[in-house]
Amino acid sequence: MSEGLYVPLLDLGCGAFLLAGVLVLWRRDLMAIVGLFALQGMALAAVVVLLGVHQADAELIAVGVGVGVLRAGLLPYLMRRALAASGEGRETQPLVNVATSLLVAAALAMLAYAVAQPLIRLSPTPATQAVPVALTVLLVGFFVLVTRRRALSQVVGFLLIDNAITATAFLTTSGVPLVVELGVSLDVLLAALVLQVLTTRMRAAFGGTDLDELRELHD
Amino acid sequence: MTPMTLMTWLAAAPIGIPALAACGYALLGWNRVTAWFGAAAAILLLASAIALAATGPGEVAWGLLRADSLSVFMLIVIGAVAVPAMLAGPSYLAAEVARGHTGPRATRRYGVLTQGFIAAMALAVLASNLGVMWVAVEATTILTAFLVGFRKTRQATEAAWKYVVICSVGIALAFLGIVVTHYAALHAHVPAAYALDGATLAAHAAGLDGGVMRIAAVLLVLGFGTKAGLAPMHAWLPDAHSQAPAPVSALMSGVLLSVAFYAILRVKVITDAALGQTAMRVLLVAAGLASLAVAAALLLAQRDYKRMLAYSSIEHMGLLALAAAIGGRLATAALLLHVLGHGLGKSALFLSSGQISQAVGSTRVDAVRGLATRAPIVAATFAAGLVAIVGLPPFSLFASELGIVRAGFAAGLGWVMAAGLLLMLIIVGAMGRHGRRMLLGTGPAQAGAEATPVARAPVFAMLAGLGACAILGVTLGPLAPVLRAAVTIAGGTP
Repeated sequence: MSEGLYVPLLDLGCGAFLLAGVLVLWRRDLMAIVGLFALQGMALAAVVVLLGVHQADAELIAVGVGVGVLRAGLLPYLMRRALAASGEGRETQPLVNVATSLLVAAALAMLAYAVAQPLIRLSPTPATQAVPVALTVLLVGFFVLVTRRRALSQVVGFLLIDNAITATAFLTTSGVPLVVELGVSLDVLLAALVLQVLTTRMRAAFGGTDLDELRELHD
Repeated sequence: MTPMTLMTWLAAAPIGIPALAACGYALLGWNRVTAWFGAAAAILLLASAIALAATGPGEVAWGLLRADSLSVFMLIVIGAVAVPAMLAGPSYLAAEVARGHTGPRATRRYGVLTQGFIAAMALAVLASNLGVMWVAVEATTILTAFLVGFRKTRQATEAAWKYVVICSVGIALAFLGIVVTHYAALHAHVPAAYALDGATLAAHAAGLDGGVMRIAAVLLVLGFGTKAGLAPMHAWLPDAHSQAPAPVSALMSGVLLSVAFYAILRVKVITDAALGQTAMRVLLVAAGLASLAVAAALLLAQRDYKRMLAYSSIEHMGLLALAAAIGGRLATAALLLHVLGHGLGKSALFLSSGQISQAVGSTRVDAVRGLATRAPIVAATFAAGLVAIVGLPPFSLFASELGIVRAGFAAGLGWVMAAGLLLMLIIVGAMGRHGRRMLLGTGPAQAGAEATPVARAPVFAMLAGLGACAILGVTLGPLAPVLRAAVTIAGGTP
């Protein structure tokens, strides 16, 4: 593939990845949040396939397809099923309102750019220059995790962090070795399953999945 | 492919045997016979670890496993804690079933998950690839989630949720650290196939980019530190360790925390060579003192004895962090001895606390008065464990704590050590007071006779563990060469 097409497509993919992450902060409808997460998974898969095409690496293209199946297909499917079973549609009251959240996201993006400088300096290719995008999504994921109160929102926060780390791995080094990538994907899938089962138990024990209800244990 | 040598079999056994036992539970369920599979697997694991120590270290199998002395030492710790924990399992679960707290499906799951958990820990310490080590450490979180939530009560569900969310997110940061290290390695011309191999990275560490490795060091300490229960990332630990069934608490507190700390030791060898000792030292001193302070503050007015034991684990992880920060041969040897001593002492304490809570029906300190007269055998193991864990002679924790403090003063960390000693003194006082309240005094009138007959197997195992802990306080015996070699690998220059 020519350099002329590669760089804009890479930037487009990373842009979509970032946008989907930030828009999670904007929506309060849990189903829409899951949709955005699936969209982000697709953007991530597209970036990996693009890197594979650019490096003429068939294995990387195959890994990219695998990433897409897991992160745009399987994980969103699991979350949709959990949502349908619960009948809870909305993030009730995030601790920080939407407008402030988006401003925080902008601040987090600047922080990510600052932190990523040593990484870019080591090897300033078009791909590593997109690393701040991944780190922004990582920080947004943390923000979702601490400010949202529904169990499913926390799961989304965790998975955003995970998407961001996978993106960093592919942008810096075209991915970790295959055996590690497989192990990590399996761990993430199982962690999501465990959290889903725990959500069901939480609903049975507490009558809902509002995390503010979790206050049985203290010193 | 090369033929499987004895070495390969021995190194694969600690992972394979518990995995086989897990399959056995999945197929046959939990009954009077299969209940002892776990104990048999643990004994075989310990035996293969000792055999590995005898045959000497070596590179093995598929380029993914390496049984060096540090790995073998950690395997011995895993075995030494798993044996009493698994011996206590059958009687603990029998009592739970008798009270109607659990059923056949849950006991089968308990068998599968505990064995899978032990196999994952063995993989974590044997993996030569940092990525595989990470996968195994995260697998322990997933496998223990339903063990923490075993009772399905509100408290257990809450503890399990916090445990999975905090540990998975924390450990994700460690993975980012590994990704960043991989990036630095590929640009330092480390061969791609070995770019995540711990020993290869340590050998090439001087060529790794400083700015990138600094980011990696922070991420790795934060990530594995979360799993090791270091403050301020410890919030999940008291909940999870107090809610899990006693044998699982013993494994989590006695050895899983140390396995996570082992990961820090492995990456510290690389970052020390790349960045010098100061970078890690600052992080570890901060985390170590914070852990001691948190433990001291929350132990003073603690009302729940399982939570007391959990905070004591935070204290000991803090001590390990200080020992790692000091570095050098004496501190590293003391660190490893402390890992073993803490495993033996803390597992005895958690197992006897399980027997106490099943007899008394509560985990409140106030509910357990006059244990020494009500249940003398359990009281004796609990008291001996308490003496061991607060670091009094003749137990090995006294020797290792002394070693850490001496090394700290010698390395010019006098103020840190003084602060640490003060906090440890507070902790000894607090735990001594709670222990005295539980053991002495007169019990409630109705509890004249011993409530439940004490199962013999776990008591013997606990006494053996505490005996070993006491002997280690005097002499290392045949462990000395393994420990010496492990210290060299973990960064103590000979």
